[in-house]
Amino acid sequence: METLVRENRKSDQQRSEQFMTPVASVIEGGDVYMLNVEMPGVNKEGLEISVENNELTIIGRRSLAQVEGTLIHRESRPENFRRVFELDPSIDMSKISARIDQGVLTLTLPKAEQVKPRKITVS
Amino acid sequence: MSIIRYQPPQTLAFSGFDRLSNLRDELDTLFELPFWSNFGRQSQLFSGWSPALDLYQNNDNVIARIELPGMRKEDIEISLHDGMLTINGERKSETSEGEKAERTERYVGKFRRSVSLPTQVDTSKVTANYRDGILTITLPKAEEAKPKQIKVDVA
Repeated sequence: METLVRENRKSDQQRSEQFMTPVASVIEGGDVYMLNVEMPGVNKEGLEISVENNELTIIGRRSLAQVEGTLIHRESRPENFRRVFELDPSIDMSKISARIDQGVLTLTLPKAEQVKPRKITVS
Repeated sequence: MSIIRYQPPQTLAFSGFDRLSNLRDELDTLFELPFWSNFGRQSQLFSGWSPALDLYQNNDNVIARIELPGMRKEDIEISLHDGMLTINGERKSETSEGEKAERTERYVGKFRRSVSLPTQVDTSKVTANYRDGILTITLPKAEEAKPKQIKVDVA
């Protein structure tokens, strides 16, 4: 199994609001996959995570305090974040958990029981 | 005012295969966004990690806001020298022992951003705040740099 969390780019097309794609990393660690998504400026309240038809949709809306003053240089982008992943059937969708810390969302995607390596002892 | 993007001298011409997966995202971004939105922001693909920096000013302060998701407070260093504000730091690897990265787009390692400030600031009163992955640095303007209103007395 090469890609457990695949990206679904097709569903990106049906949208009206402008979003940008946040960078993400997928890490495999034992019984779980960890999906880390960078969304600076987003906190718990601005997150919208949903799973539907094997598709994991993550939306992060920024809640940044307006800075008083005139902008003299800008590199950040104003759009909110959205990214869709296709979940492999080996992921136990009922046990996905999420937390966000300093603008990085971490989703823990546990592997379903049947795909965990099992030792068989020969008697 | 000039904004200088610091180019790390140790940047390798080839920064590894992992970064190649970003090429697709970079291209997608090009097509998905209006062309001006990327204006002035270099691609991170070849320049390493270069966090986005916004600069504001009002009568009393110069405010810098930098996107630094997922850092530890201790790993961020801010310095002021000759009217130049420098922010540097390092992000540690995401994987610990027994874990394997399947896909990595997040930048790991050192970064350094420098920006020359538009006015003199009072270096002793600089404050910084790190919240939701965004570092905000407030630099109070030096008294002599503040705009002054001169009242005209009519005799």
